[in-house]
Amino acid sequence: MPLYELTAHELHEKLKAREITSVELTQSVYDRIGAVEEKIQGYITLTQDIAFEQAEAADVGFQRGDEMPPLAGIPIAIKDVICTKGVLTTCGSKILGNFVSPYDATVMTKLHQQGAVMIGKTNMDEFAMGSSTENSAYRITRNPWNLETIPGGSSGGSVAAVAADEAICSLGSDTGGSIRQPAALCGVVGMRPTYGRVSRFGLVAFASSLDQIGPISKDVTDCALMLNAICGHDPMDSTAANLPVPDFTKSLIADVKGIKIGIPKEYFTEGMDAEVEASVRHAIELLRSAGATVEEISLPHTEYAIATYYIIAPAEASANLARYDGVRYGFRAENAEDLIDMYKKTRSQGFGEEVKRRIMLGTYALSSGYYDAYYLKAQKVRTLIKSDFDKAFEKVDVVVTPTSPTPAFKIGERTADPLQMYLSDVLNTPSSLAGLPGISIPCGLTQSGLPIGLQILAAPFEEEKILRVAYTFEQHTDHHRWKPEL
Amino acid sequence: MATITTDDVKHVANLARLEFSEEETQQFTHQLARILDYIGKLNELDTTDVPPTSHVLPIRNVVKEDVAEPSYDRDLVLATAPAAEEGHFEVPQVIE
Repeated sequence: MPLYELTAHELHEKLKAREITSVELTQSVYDRIGAVEEKIQGYITLTQDIAFEQAEAADVGFQRGDEMPPLAGIPIAIKDVICTKGVLTTCGSKILGNFVSPYDATVMTKLHQQGAVMIGKTNMDEFAMGSSTENSAYRITRNPWNLETIPGGSSGGSVAAVAADEAICSLGSDTGGSIRQPAALCGVVGMRPTYGRVSRFGLVAFASSLDQIGPISKDVTDCALMLNAICGHDPMDSTAANLPVPDFTKSLIADVKGIKIGIPKEYFTEGMDAEVEASVRHAIELLRSAGATVEEISLPHTEYAIATYYIIAPAEASANLARYDGVRYGFRAENAEDLIDMYKKTRSQGFGEEVKRRIMLGTYALSSGYYDAYYLKAQKVRTLIKSDFDKAFEKVDVVVTPTSPTPAFKIGERTADPLQMYLSDVLNTPSSLAGLPGISIPCGLTQSGLPIGLQILAAPFEEEKILRVAYTFEQHTDHHRWKPEL
Repeated sequence: MATITTDDVKHVANLARLEFSEEETQQFTHQLARILDYIGKLNELDTTDVPPTSHVLPIRNVVKEDVAEPSYDRDLVLATAPAAEEGHFEVPQVIE
């Protein structure tokens, strides 16, 4: 089996035993990129020089017999919304088309401390606004399972890269489902940690009360290793929770006896693909037969989550994106008459259509006379959505649902209708609004060969329960080993 | 909730420092109206006595020690600017 097909924990054993070097592994991943990237289009920037330097450094440690961290020498891809020192960080936008970050995000510093190898920066919906990665200013990423379909979004590049073996693991970001939904659609493992579990310092801000960085990997063990590497308090982010971080590999227990699983009836609605529903029901039965107890629960405000999200996220975005004014970084339009005209021309030429739409929506919702009707109202409904979950977690340990109501859709299918695209995240936004951790793991394929994802949610800071259930499911199945033919 | 008009869109565009062609203004008016119509479903809920959630974590006013620390080198930061001169960001003339 070629090295690029393996997982981080399998590769770590080979590196430790000195069967392979990180330079060979890194070369293997770049060879794979050379072979399939033309089809996938997952990367915006490749960082070979940095990668081989990092690989050589890791090899020195392995050769010396040092105690090396689990991600040392492992090739990892980074979503282009995460600042990487000395490397282009575009956010999939023309407005940051020439932005070379002068500093590293905290997650990058943590990956460097592990000795990980950065392969490149991945494609995404502009400023992480989208569910298909079609809103990138640079390229259309394709789903490795069917090149005519979208990979999901907004972390489509990071997810497609892992699914196509163009990276061993990757980092994405999830505001309203942007890790979980593409992970489901591309058949890999993707986790949104609890809001506050991972520092957002150096994550280019979209919606600050919702954004969270998380890992994408080929199996649950690698997910735990990535979490161990990136979680923790950070003085540079006041919302990074000052709580102890457990060793997440201790949750890799193939046993769910005594675990109570809640199945929210509102998540199995009309419009759900029949194959998705059948596959998820089958997965739930598997967990029941492995010893979990399963009960139906109700999350009554689920249907209001998309409306709530599309007030709160654009409102926060309209404020966060005010900084792109052509003064301090990025693109500046030419031939402006004065300062205000420069702002307007820069922003109108630099932002894509979806970003403008959300800035408009957010600005409107916050504008004089509308604040109470929209923003305050949405914040109140957010409380109701959160309390639905609070009540549910008094009775159950985890909530299990489909990750996405449908498998991957065709490129171009939903671009004409923004609202239709927004509804793609209907099963992900409620937990984002509540700040909960959630994972998507592969649980099947449709007859036409498209992956189906299982979403597992838990109460804040209870990632360990999620990992245990996900790991148990994985140990009983082989979905995570299936690969697309490319 | 009120329906959004093209005049609203022009007003909001100015607040957001964006400019649109007449065609784009029409398109945004139509799309935003449709989205706001969908968002109107929030009015089905009585939220009179519900407190708002701006933030999910039970933390407030996180402060750290007031200790001066070195920041980024000025030239490094100015290197990302579209235009800089004599240690400053350069912008079009503001005052006549």
